[in-house]
Amino acid sequence: MEHQERKKKEYQDKVKKKMPKSNTFMECVRAFLVGGLICCFGHFISDLGRLWLRLDIEDSALFTSIVLVFLAALLTGIGVYDKIGKFAGAGSIVPITGFSNSIVSPAMEFKREGYVQGVGVKLFTIAGPVLVYGISTSIVVGIITFLFFR
Amino acid sequence: MQVISKKKGRQSVVFTEPPMVFSSASIVGDVEAKGPLGSRFDLILDDDTWGEKSWEKAESKMFERSVRLAAEKSKIDLNEIDCLLGGDLLNQIISASYAARTLKIPYFGLYGACSTMTESLLISGMLIDGGFREMAACTASSHFSTAERQYRFPLELGNQIPPTSQRTVTGAGCVIIGNANKCKDGFLFKSIRITAGTIGRIVDLGITDASNMGAAMAPAAADTISAHLQDMNRTVDDYDLIVTGDLGKFGSEMLFDLCKEKNVDISGKHADCGCLIYTADQDVNCGGSGCGCSAVTLASYYLERIENANYDRILFLATGALMSPSSSLQGESIPGIAHAVVMERSCCI
Repeated sequence: MEHQERKKKEYQDKVKKKMPKSNTFMECVRAFLVGGLICCFGHFISDLGRLWLRLDIEDSALFTSIVLVFLAALLTGIGVYDKIGKFAGAGSIVPITGFSNSIVSPAMEFKREGYVQGVGVKLFTIAGPVLVYGISTSIVVGIITFLFFR
Repeated sequence: MQVISKKKGRQSVVFTEPPMVFSSASIVGDVEAKGPLGSRFDLILDDDTWGEKSWEKAESKMFERSVRLAAEKSKIDLNEIDCLLGGDLLNQIISASYAARTLKIPYFGLYGACSTMTESLLISGMLIDGGFREMAACTASSHFSTAERQYRFPLELGNQIPPTSQRTVTGAGCVIIGNANKCKDGFLFKSIRITAGTIGRIVDLGITDASNMGAAMAPAAADTISAHLQDMNRTVDDYDLIVTGDLGKFGSEMLFDLCKEKNVDISGKHADCGCLIYTADQDVNCGGSGCGCSAVTLASYYLERIENANYDRILFLATGALMSPSSSLQGESIPGIAHAVVMERSCCI
């Protein structure tokens, strides 16, 4: 039994040592560049909203989100966003465009299983954890703020 | 009555009346068609739904069509096929069962993950040599898009895949085998026999990473190879080639290591269908995987190579990773399996 466990451990160590690894440094560089580009573009839209549409700060932030979410959904629909994601990794997952992609891609995929059991159930398979823990965290932070910093 | 035992050693069987390979057919997707074996496949899908409403339907259609095509190529009537054995990667092996619904051939559905092709060849061989069936169709299929959505993520999700991952082959391969006295003139193959086989054991060395299936399956392949050689009292030199199903580049590397530990050196005689089906520039990381990978490579390439006397005897073992999305999420390690069949060149009587 002990011999078996040792053999397993040895094999796992060898696999870990020998397996091809991704180039984390280059991935970070690509993520930084693409993520930064998306954010700059977002800022450009926000400025556009304020100067051109004369929106106030809050409304222009909302306007920016709507535009970015729409564009990412469109790029997902025409099969471009997954290619950007493959190149940029976290750079295109972390911004709000990644959230849009994570909602639209299951929606496209599970239409065949129907609008209720398919799209309805699967829509948040990727984004679900973000919502669950994002909202949970905001509740906790909200309570702390309410109790101590009001 | 004296019963001749066909059992050999702990895991192997030797056929006394070795079944013959009669025909084969392969259908693949467009990415596979761009690979090195592209020109050898019988049918290539123009798009991955193949005119159907869903990918699952397309996969089932590939499965069904590959059986019909294999029969057609050797002018075998579907009624002559006594049994259909096969499977795929989807839950409840729907591709195979839905295809069998229209084919109306007595059917055994098998699940051996990517090892399904050799599993079906081995069981069919036993059915035929045992005299229970005279002709059987062995089929396996997989589809990139159906496998992705079941095991991984939606296709359009913008994520990165690790360098150890492999691409599921879109393809279905069918091999028709039968009793030698059924062999006729018009058949595609007339000189390939399945002479022996080895039933694999589950081997699990604790790999939990579902995107590193090559490493998870390599120990099973090494175990089956060494068990086979021991049972049959043979060495690697008795074979022209040892072909594994879908270990991929990294899995093959681990297989060499594991075999070396068992004092078996296969490095000069090994080929892997997963490494063969795509070219390096096709962006598939460690190569191809899926039931279809070994099935289409065998059906389109290796059988022809044996028939044309490029090889006299090969050991063909497809490898399977028997995990499920739930077991992966629960942190379970991946059980690997590999079944082997020996294919030999020997002419029709």
